[in-house]
Amino acid sequence: MEGVAPSGPGWATFWEVLVGLAMLSIIVAVVRLARGPTLADRVVALDLIATIAVVTAALSSIAYSQPVFLDLAVVLTLVTFVATVAFARAIQRTAQP
Amino acid sequence: MTLLVQILMVVLAVAGTALVLLGAVGILVLTDVYTRMQAASKAGSLGAACILLSAAMYFSELELVVRALTALVFLMLTIPVAAHVLGRAAYLAGVPLAKESVMDELHGRVEGRTNSPGGQDEPNPPDPAPE
Repeated sequence: MEGVAPSGPGWATFWEVLVGLAMLSIIVAVVRLARGPTLADRVVALDLIATIAVVTAALSSIAYSQPVFLDLAVVLTLVTFVATVAFARAIQRTAQP
Repeated sequence: MTLLVQILMVVLAVAGTALVLLGAVGILVLTDVYTRMQAASKAGSLGAACILLSAAMYFSELELVVRALTALVFLMLTIPVAAHVLGRAAYLAGVPLAKESVMDELHGRVEGRTNSPGGQDEPNPPDPAPE
């Protein structure tokens, strides 16, 4: 890409390290997803994982100069919200005896 | 000017990644659904906003900037709503508070929640009568 971006081999490594850190935080959130005592914990973890997936997509679009990943970020944002609200309805239904 | 944009872009990217990592660590370390939700929604949304702003600066073309800002606006609109809906559902479903919680403002005031939240058996004292 032309434009204002700083270029050079060091910068490619920099952006890839950021992508790796975002993926590491997905792994940290998956630990809570597996461990979480209640269903609500798991849904919160899933919500955060989807947010971090948006972050990873945006960072990948920078790191690999592929603007297509930005479309992925937009779509993931919309789908995540609907999924979380549906899960919240399911959690709330477990309250009724 | 270009140098300024570059510095801002790199700083935003580093800050956003650090915030997202902090949110993930918070969701692992904190003790309660409600506090975990706090970590996930605040740190997650701020980190995502920083990263998307950084991407908008990197691709300095109009259509890509609009795309990144669209994702940012949708995230800012939906993350608080999702966190609120989830917290409400968790409370109504009777998910207990952490043992260290000092107060529960909704105790005894929410219909549909029958069991007592964790560590708090007597109801809160009633509000003083309005003057």
